[in-house]
Amino acid sequence: MLVTAAVILALPLFLPNPFYYDVVIRIGMNAIMVVGLNLLIGYAGQISLGHAGFLALGAYASGILTGRYGWPPIAAMAAGMAGVGILAYVLARPILKLKGHYLAMATLGMGIIIFIVLTQESQWTGGPDGMSVPAFSLLGRELSGEKNWYWVTGALLMLALWLALNVIDSPVGRALRALHGSEVAAQVAGVDTSHFKVLVFVLSAVIASATGSLMAHYIGFITPTVSSFFHSIELVTMVVVGGMASIFGSVVGAAILTMLPQLLSGFEGFELVAFGAILMLTMIFMPRGLVPTLAAKLRRA
Amino acid sequence: MALLEVRDLDMVFGGVHAVQNLSFSVRPGTIHSVIGPNGAGKTTLFNMITGLYKPTRGAIYLGGDAVTAKPPHELARKGMSRTFQNLQICFNMSALDNVMVGSHLRLNQRLMPAMLRLPKLKKADSACREQAAELMKFVGVGQYVKADASQMPYGALKRLEIARALAAKPKLLLLDEPAAGLNNTETKEIDELIQKVAHSGVTVVLVEHDMKLVMGISDHILVLDYGKKLAEGTAEEIRRNPDVIVAYLGGA
Repeated sequence: MLVTAAVILALPLFLPNPFYYDVVIRIGMNAIMVVGLNLLIGYAGQISLGHAGFLALGAYASGILTGRYGWPPIAAMAAGMAGVGILAYVLARPILKLKGHYLAMATLGMGIIIFIVLTQESQWTGGPDGMSVPAFSLLGRELSGEKNWYWVTGALLMLALWLALNVIDSPVGRALRALHGSEVAAQVAGVDTSHFKVLVFVLSAVIASATGSLMAHYIGFITPTVSSFFHSIELVTMVVVGGMASIFGSVVGAAILTMLPQLLSGFEGFELVAFGAILMLTMIFMPRGLVPTLAAKLRRA
Repeated sequence: MALLEVRDLDMVFGGVHAVQNLSFSVRPGTIHSVIGPNGAGKTTLFNMITGLYKPTRGAIYLGGDAVTAKPPHELARKGMSRTFQNLQICFNMSALDNVMVGSHLRLNQRLMPAMLRLPKLKKADSACREQAAELMKFVGVGQYVKADASQMPYGALKRLEIARALAAKPKLLLLDEPAAGLNNTETKEIDELIQKVAHSGVTVVLVEHDMKLVMGISDHILVLDYGKKLAEGTAEEIRRNPDVIVAYLGGA
């Protein structure tokens, strides 16, 4: 936690121009999203291949409510979070009865449906061409400039990390890890496993929605590809590469996979191949992910 | 009054009648054993009592309340706890955290206090952590307090499961073959542990193959064969029962 805070505080000293700020801000936003997703996938052991859908719904809630109806951005963001929370709750009850591959298929379907809706309902969303989103403002003051966004994102990431670490180190966190470890053991110990599965699913969806709102305001333009299957997979990859059940792994995973397209831009068109290769190599050589593997190595040394 | 009462219980899996028309009751403060050859329906019976299986017919009462086919977490709330024949340990957690899962119901399980690290919850949680460490000592795995569950040997994991079950402060503890896979010394230690647990006021229902263990510690024994009750009584009565002798040693 302190290390992350120090990195966030010290990083501006080394960022030469707005382009680097932009990359780091995107890393920070992805990290917030991935911390939430890691609670679901890494800690509670429930896969979701559709979380980009929730991210996109948050982004579009902000875009539509601020752009078309003139809502204050913070209210639009809250409405998005509430709406996504309710949707996730309704979906989670039936979906999380499924396990393993079947759960993966169901969440995949959910993400695809959201993608189709965002693409088709063009009178609201602008269809495949996307829509522009007004700048974020609070109490009449507009948030602009990479530096300001940097500090806001950094603060929110720290908040997300703090909340997530608190949850994990609590009876709720133990219940989540226990239902991952042995669902039947958790049940006989008194854990209402379906309640906790729904809880963590909704929590991660709401975090995704909040991140989506932030991204929409920051980038200023959204298209339905935000909710694409590929984006969902990218987010899961961040969880896996960084380390399942590792909160700081989420930050590392987000950093690596956000920077990767920049680093791989030389391989025009082979980005996807590189993503796939990295996921495979991680699974083969570091099945627990970067941070847990390295942490174990350090402890042994 | 009986703490646990089973009435006319039936369980059918497809064509297999795993438990047939079974009734018995367990008095509080006793050690009650269920024995029988492999496939006699002992674990099926346990799974019905603890809410993992829904009985085809019949009723189960806990402390006088009908609890038939209630989900396991509700039964836990009513004071039922169990261990498993094939270990159900969370290997993604530390040994101590495994035990602490058992005290889940005694702590605030809401998200908001957890997220905000409210001092009251934190205090209750650390008190619980100390109790869990005490329990690990009580069952004889105190040396693993700082270990991960995945680092522990089989015999210790069996005890860890008992510690987790006890962390719930149960009235009724069901132990499914606690001595399976253990050597003689370990079995003797488990024997002592079960008696220690029973002396602390927990009613114990035991499924076990080790006859010496069962005969030595049980107040009451129920013998199952092909899902039916073959005999019931004290260790002495069971030892002399001709039906039991035939079932175990074969008839002439």
